[in-house]
Order: sequence, then structure tokens, then C-alpha cells
Amino acid sequence: MAERVFANCTNSGPVSVYVKDGKIVRVRPLVVDEKDFKPWTIEAGGKEYSPPKKVTLSPYTHAERRRIYSDERIKYPMKRVDFDANGAPGSTGPGGRNPQNRGRSPYEHISWDEAATLVSSELTRVKDAYGGSAISGMTSSHHNWGIVGYKMGPFARFLNMMEGTPVLDNPDSWEGWHWGATHSYGFYWRLGMPEPYDMLGDALQNAEMIVYWSNDPDSTRGTYSGQDSALWRQWLKEKGVKMVFIDPFYNYTNAVMGGKWITPRMGTDAAMAMAIAFVWITEDTYNKEYVADRTIGFEEFKEYILGDIDGVPKTPEWAAEECDVEARVIRALAREWAAKRTILSGGSRGGEGGACREAYGTEWARMMVLLQAMQGLGAPGRSIWGTTMGAPNDTTVWVPAYGEPNGRISMSPKVADYIPVNSNPQRLWRLTVPDAILDPPVEWYGEGFCGRSLEQQFMHFKYPAEGCSEVKLWYRYGGSFMGTMSDTTKWARMYQSPKLEFVVNQDIWWNSETRMADVILPACTNFERDDIGEWAAVNGYTWHASSGCNYRVVVREQKCIEPLWDSKSDYEIFALIFEKMGLRDEYTDGGKTEVDWVKGFFDACDLPKEVSWEEFNRKGYHIINIKDDYEPTPGLRWFYEGRACDTPDVGNPKRLTAANHELGTFSGKIEFASESLKQYFPDDEERPVVPRYLRSWEGYRTPGLYDKYPLQLLSPHPRFSFHCHYDKHTDWLNDIPVHRIKKDGYPWWPARLNPEDAAERGINSGDIVRLYNDRASVLCIAVVTGRVRPGTVHSYASSALYDPLMPGDPDSPDRGGCVSMLTPSRMLSKNAPGMTPNSCLIEIGKWEG
Amino acid sequence: MARLSLLIDVTKCSGCHNCFLACRDEYYGNDYGSYSAPQPLEGQFWMQVKEIERGSYPKPKVDYLPIPCLHCEEAPCIAVALDDAVYRRDDGVVMIDPVRAKGQKAVVNACPYRVVFWNAELDIPQKCTLCAHMLDAGEKQPRCVEACPTGALVFGDLDDPNSEISKLVATLDTEALHPEYNTSPLVKYVGIPKRFVVGEVIRRDVPDECAEGVWVTLEGEGIRLETHTDNYGDFEFDGLEKNKDYRVNIECDGYASMIIEVFTHTDVDLGGIVLEPFD
Repeated sequence: MAERVFANCTNSGPVSVYVKDGKIVRVRPLVVDEKDFKPWTIEAGGKEYSPPKKVTLSPYTHAERRRIYSDERIKYPMKRVDFDANGAPGSTGPGGRNPQNRGRSPYEHISWDEAATLVSSELTRVKDAYGGSAISGMTSSHHNWGIVGYKMGPFARFLNMMEGTPVLDNPDSWEGWHWGATHSYGFYWRLGMPEPYDMLGDALQNAEMIVYWSNDPDSTRGTYSGQDSALWRQWLKEKGVKMVFIDPFYNYTNAVMGGKWITPRMGTDAAMAMAIAFVWITEDTYNKEYVADRTIGFEEFKEYILGDIDGVPKTPEWAAEECDVEARVIRALAREWAAKRTILSGGSRGGEGGACREAYGTEWARMMVLLQAMQGLGAPGRSIWGTTMGAPNDTTVWVPAYGEPNGRISMSPKVADYIPVNSNPQRLWRLTVPDAILDPPVEWYGEGFCGRSLEQQFMHFKYPAEGCSEVKLWYRYGGSFMGTMSDTTKWARMYQSPKLEFVVNQDIWWNSETRMADVILPACTNFERDDIGEWAAVNGYTWHASSGCNYRVVVREQKCIEPLWDSKSDYEIFALIFEKMGLRDEYTDGGKTEVDWVKGFFDACDLPKEVSWEEFNRKGYHIINIKDDYEPTPGLRWFYEGRACDTPDVGNPKRLTAANHELGTFSGKIEFASESLKQYFPDDEERPVVPRYLRSWEGYRTPGLYDKYPLQLLSPHPRFSFHCHYDKHTDWLNDIPVHRIKKDGYPWWPARLNPEDAAERGINSGDIVRLYNDRASVLCIAVVTGRVRPGTVHSYASSALYDPLMPGDPDSPDRGGCVSMLTPSRMLSKNAPGMTPNSCLIEIGKWEG
Repeated sequence: MARLSLLIDVTKCSGCHNCFLACRDEYYGNDYGSYSAPQPLEGQFWMQVKEIERGSYPKPKVDYLPIPCLHCEEAPCIAVALDDAVYRRDDGVVMIDPVRAKGQKAVVNACPYRVVFWNAELDIPQKCTLCAHMLDAGEKQPRCVEACPTGALVFGDLDDPNSEISKLVATLDTEALHPEYNTSPLVKYVGIPKRFVVGEVIRRDVPDECAEGVWVTLEGEGIRLETHTDNYGDFEFDGLEKNKDYRVNIECDGYASMIIEVFTHTDVDLGGIVLEPFD
């Protein structure tokens, strides 16, 4: 049979898929007809910068073929051998449900008919007995790409039809910016990230220095935009833009960019930021006019910085004690920052970064905004920019994406006739689901992704909600949290609770929580079904994220092969379950196929103005180039210049109103003293009205802990894997020694430590070591390196391999490298419920076991 | 005639391993007939990315060295192969014939760069073909180059003066990887890591201010390099020869000069160098 080439898309970019004899033989970066590319040009410093006619993908995407055919695929529907649905909830022994054996017992192959019957009858039973609120489920993000099949579609449609309890998303990765920076400069509609428009052009034309503070864009890449931005940084380096990296780890971007590496002790970045402010105030090197006109509360802030409030001037010498960075280095950085047009790169999308993922991470994130405010945030070359978005981008052509209701088959009236309405008021909070199941009630502030208002952050929630049931049926979909959330052994404990009467796991690959289910349902990849998706596009709370790519590429994700083994698309699985309940028509909106939904989205959006359905459907992609009359509108320049917002930031609710020159804060200005915090939590000492430096409750010299566990664990996002995806489902990656290192036939997860700490413990590179504290033990392979500051252990979060030495025992050491098991459950602060993986003390020792 | 080759700019390589993975995707389990037999799951790296960490905390450097078959013009693998099992195409690409090379393990061991791999199951040596099967089918570049996001890998014909690779070779300071192997590799490199010497100058009497603009020279082995400390008081000399003796001279008005002897067995971090003020 001849070779056929299909188009498809991944969470890092579009691909061409070569199929021979019904088998995928090659997955290349999308092969594009050269005529389809119309590269933009940015002129800067007498040079013209223009991208090559190609798409660049993340590393792991090149191993997609291996992941599709992975031995780790779930091949058939399965039931745990000692689960009997006839048994009463919590029953043990023969004929029982035996929840205590979740994680221990093997599974038996059952037919799709049996599986769908079992799942639908349990859904019906639980709903009848306790109400819809007793049904809940949890998704992970981005094991697939395409809006028809993404979790916001089929899974949400399912949960809403059941009137189940939604689990609120956690802004994990940028928690400090979400719960903190929004109170300094608004942008809650971007969940705390600044608008990125035309920031590449601004950087090339105006920047003299970039301070990467807790940012490794070569690893995190603007999340979904492949590696297109790597070339931008190359241009900036060649142009002579000075690079500074503030990070306890000599990260990959630092490695290729060079520049100055500054390594504050973990948890003290806010102190260093305050010392920089001190230098600017005392040396009179900040933009006083901007501070006067564009900000409020500076006097209160200044009083705190100068020590008028607590008697402690935040001098570089004071910070040096906290940070272990020489005062002269802080001073030199502050002076150069003020003297040069400096971009602050505070995380992948501008604001993210590990320093916001620790105790009181809100304070560092707020300080990042306030530092740039002191230098005129929005002025040429004085932005907050992650270096990963902000290429010239045609924002006039609307293509739906998963982040907006109109990009979801569960919610969009543009594509669906029947939209199930879930009136169940109960919510769970992702980080505390196990606590809620095991030890209710739980309470928290904030409605998950608080993208509609600042006030959302102050909403109080309690589980179980009044008049609602505790959750009895748990539906896990597409991933696992063992390697990504905090203190994750509690997830294993949750699964073994008899309070969960029935647990389903629907996934493509065996993930860490898969083996904790009663019934396992095999889904297929987006290479085995039809879909539509734009590269890197999110919309919703991240409009125009495709500006992280050199081109907007919309992909008609073509079904390349039949679903492998006995898998089905998620949509088909849910349709089958609802069929058993007599609700197939409702679920499928009158019998729509996936291609029908694709066509519906195509017809509903602006694509038909650009390309015919026939051509798009056949060719598999369409590139939206910028128009000839493209005019850049650099992010926040309007605010700096006191004009109305001229950027296409459609989420900005003030943009088309009389207040269009204002930011999203209560005052409309940058707030050194936050009006929103003053109104709702005026007495909160942990996220005070004016940001403060607070020593971590689990950090350097924390009483009672530091003596036992003197090393700080840094567990950032990985480079060669994505959340719990790829990694163990893609064994080619095990041949990348910075991802996993093989020893005695086992692919170990690396833990990097400084030679000084290694010598004290007799550890050499290649030793198997145990990372441990009171919460867990995780086995890793030691890499002794000068890339980590002393007192710190660097080991990426996101191991997909949870491999307890004693399966089914939550207290077992894990040899898969799920270092998230070691991290604390405690939140950023009492009213800011973000996770804090980088406030984690451990000890490390050679493992002889 | 042509001489197809790669130019590998180490200074642009970010270590993303796209090249390695794209290569594996092209060859793992895929049979390209006389071009190449399927690559096995384990142990073969037709494009290997070597991580090189130099120096020490707090001034390390990390580089990535992508190493494919270097398609040598005086290839030891061709010389050792029997029955023309290894041969050079007219376009310069060194190829292993998967049929004729059967059983010829000597081909693996002939390569000083260790970029020929033994396939135990098929009983053949295997290596990078520069994706010859794709080039012959009309593709413009090998998979590794297509996948490279930073332009660290450039493919083209060294004999075509208008090719990008030729233009770059004409302007850049290219070098061979391990020239001492004397195999005339076609694959060219830029920025292969050498030794470096770094330090931070501190003035005894003003420890809270970085010593910017201090004159530092490095001499020895017939070279003399000069620099000023930057705004952090740091200085650096990179691109030095291995295992050589150099002398670092630090001069600052009002302070006693310092002369420090260094030997580049490894990279050298002189740490904080404290200058004593004249009274």
C-alpha cells in the first residue's frame, strides 16, 4: 500500500504523519507548502529579523510515534479482579468491592459492553441514591490536542449531563502571579500574566538587558508553542542584549545564552527584589513621574522598604543575609537594571516561574510587577515578558480554542443544539481533593481559575456544599497527579478509601493513578480520531497564545489510523456509556460524529473567510499570516503613554469602555498597596496590602525541620516531558541522559546536587540515592554538578512513573522519581490556595536497598 | 560531484535533542533497503548530543555537542570494510551497505569517533546516512536539520559556493572535531568547548561594591588576551588550549597588582581575588 500523509497536531505543534500499511512510520514537523508561509519581518538596529519557513516542535513530539505504539497503552477495557459491583460499598473479601486493594490487585480483560454496562449502572445507582453531586471526576491537561476531543469537550459534556461535582482547576505553575500579581496590576483575565502583544519586536528594538528571574524558557517554551521562541532568544543574544539569570539552577536557557548567573537561596527571592527597590529608592534611580501618575500606594511601600515600619531597612546587606547573594552583586544588578532598558522575564509567559510556587510566592510575584513599575512598565524595552510569546500575530481571524466556551462541544451554542446545564453548586478544589474525600469538610477561598474578576478570589467554598452529597463515584480521566501535584501520596491513600464506592479510570496510557481504579477504559490518541485545533491556541484566559509561534497554524487533525487495540475515542466511550442509559442522542447532540463537530467549529469561526472546507479538510492545515498593513501594538505601551488600550486583548473588560486607559486593578493603576486586598483581607499578615518578605515555613533554617532535612528541593517543570505525559509512555526519551539515566537496566530519574553537598554525604554521580522527609521517600540517580547552588537538590517534577517498591502501600518508597510526593500540602498562605512545591526540605542519602 | 555535509554551531545548540529524536523517529524500525536497515530500540545514537559541563559553581558553563557520522574524506571505516561494504557516494555521503556489511564488526571499531554502531540482531554495522534516502527522494535536508530550532545545524554542499553552508564556512572559524584523528571529516564545527579561566575581582577596602573595569590580562603559550572586569567584577577568558600554562595579571589603580599562574588541565575558576589597597 502506498504511503499516505496526514496532518495532525500535538501539545507542542503541528505534525505530518506518514502512514504505510495502516501503520504510522514517521511523525515529522508539519510539512508545509512554502507558498503558504508569509514570514513577518521586524526591523531593529539596522537588521531585519524574519523567521524561517518551518515549524519547530518540542523534543518529545519527535517521539510521538513511539508514544502512540507504546507498550504502556491501555489496550482493553478492564476490571479489577477483586471488584464485584454486587458487593455493598466498602465491602471486603470475596464478592466485595475491596477498595483497600486499589493499587495492589491485577485486572481482567472485559468486553466494551460489560464495561459500559458496569460504568453506566454505577453512575445511575450513585446518582439515584445520592444525587449528581456524589459523582465527580478529575482531568489532567494536554495528553491530546484538538478542541473536539479535549477534556473541556467530551469529559465536561459527560460530567454536566450527570450533574456531577466539578473540580476547580488550580493555576498550577503560576500560582503566585494568579493569587498575588493580579492585585498589583490586574490582568486577572489572563490569570496574572501580562499581555504579550508585539513584545518580540519591542525586545529586538529596545531592550538592552533581560533578567530571567526564575525562568527557563528553553524548558517551558511558552507551554504549547514548540521551540519557535528559541530562535528569538538567539537573535537577542547575537544582538548583544545582556542576559541575567536568577535561579538556584543553571538552567538550559542560561546554558545557551550565557550571561550572569545569580543564585539566591530558595524562598528568598522577594528579599532580593526588595533590596533592588531599596537601591533604586536610595539612589534615586526609579521613574518618579510614572510612579506618581500610574501607580498608587508607593509611599506605604517605600516606608516598608526603608524600614520605617518594621525597623528593618531592606538593604542589599540585609538581603545578602537572607539570600546568600553578595550585597555588591545585588547592588550591581539594581544599578544596571535601572541604567539599561531591561525586560523582566519572570516566567515562561512573563509570570510563572518556580519562585512563585513556594510559601508566600504571591509576594515575589507582586514584587516583580512593582519593580518594573518603578522603571516604567510598558516603556520601550521595559516590559514583563517571558520571551515566549509576542511575535507579530494576526488576531483578527477568530478560531476557537479550548479555553473559551465557544471552543467546547460541552458549552458552545455555535456548535451544539443541546447544552447540558449542571446546576449542582458543589465544587472540589484540585489540590485538596484527597483531603476532601478522606477528611471532610474542607474550605478554601477562590473559584479556581479566577479569570472573570478579582472578587472571584475572595469567594468562600466549602465541601461538602450545603444540600449536596460527598463524592462516592470518582472518574479519573487522562493523566495522573502523583508526579505533578503536592504531597501526592495522599492521592494513593484517597483511592483506597471505602468512601469512594466506585472508581473509573479512562486514559490512553497506564498512568500512576490508573492502577487505582475499579474499571479501566482505554481511550485512543488524537492520531486515531478526527479533530481540529490551532497550534498553541488557548483563548479564554490566554488570548492569542499562538503569538508564541512564528505562524498561526490551524490544523484539521486527520484520523491517521484506526484506534489501536480495543481503544476508542473519549467521545465514543462516553457516547457508549450514555447509550446504556438511553441518553446517547442527548450526549451526541442528535448523533453527531467527531467530523460533524469539526465541521461545526469550522463553519462557526472565521476560517471560511480564509479557506474552503474542502481545501482545509483535504490539506489538513491552514496558515494565518499577518496582513500587509500589520501595525504592532506593544503590550502596556498604551498604559505607559496614558492612552486607551490599543492591544487586541479581548479579555480586558475595560478595553472598550470609558475606563479603557486603566488596568484591571480596583484603582485602574498599578497598586503598591493593593486596594482589592485592603477591601477583602485588610488584616492578612501573609498576603498583606503592601507586599512583604516573609521567611518560609519550610525553608532555610526553619526551626524543627532544617536540622533534620537541611536540603531544599527544587522541582521545576521538565524539559523532555509534559506533566505526566510522554516520559514513561515514550521510552526513546530514556536515551536522553538529562531526562532519565539508565542504570542496571532501569531508567532512573535524576536528582542534581552540588559537589559540596554530595561530598558531605559520600554521594557520587550515578549513585542511587533516597530523597526523603517525613512525607515520603523517592529514589533517584544522583548527578553531582556545579549547576546547582549548595544546599539545593534539583529534580524535575512530572515523573510519569510511580513505581512503589511495595505496590499499593502509600508509604512505600517510589523508585520512579515522583519527587512531588515529598512536597508539602500547605498552601501559599492562608487565603491564597496555591501549591508550594518549592518549599520543601529533604535529606538525601545513598540507597543501599 | 558534491560534498554534502553539516555545519554544527555548538554556540547555538540549546541541547534540546530534537535532532536525536527526529533521527530515531526516521530510523527506528524502518527499513530503507540499500540505504539502511532498521535501527534497533537500544544502544544506537546516529545523532548523539553530548552534554559538556565545564567549570564549577558558581561559574559553570554547559555546552551541547551534537555528533553524527562525520562523513570523513579519509574514512577509516571505508578502509577497513571488505567487499566495498562501506563506500562514499558521489555526493560525499559515507554509506554502509546493509547487505555487504553483514558480519563486519571491524567497521564499528575502525571509527575513532565511535559513531558506527553494531546491530547484534541483524549482524551489521549502522550509522548516520545524512538521510540519503530522503535526499534522493527530493527532500532538502536530513531530519536532524529539519528539527533543529536554532539553526545550530546547517546542511548543504560544501562544493557549492552559493550554498548557505559554504557561505558560513567562509566566514566562521570552523574546526574539525578531534583533528588529531586525521580523517578529514566533512562535518564542520563552530565553538567546540575549550578551556576557560574566570574570576571575580574584589577590592579589600570596598567589599560592598563590585570592582568594575579592572584591567585583566592573560598571557602564555604565545598569546596575550586582555579584558576588563564587568559590572559584577567578573572576568573571563574562554577558548584556551587544554593543559597549558598561562599567567593572569590583574591591575587596578591604587591596588597592588596580582599575578596568578594557572594550568588548564581543567577549566579554572580563580574565585574571589581580593586586591589589597596601597596605604
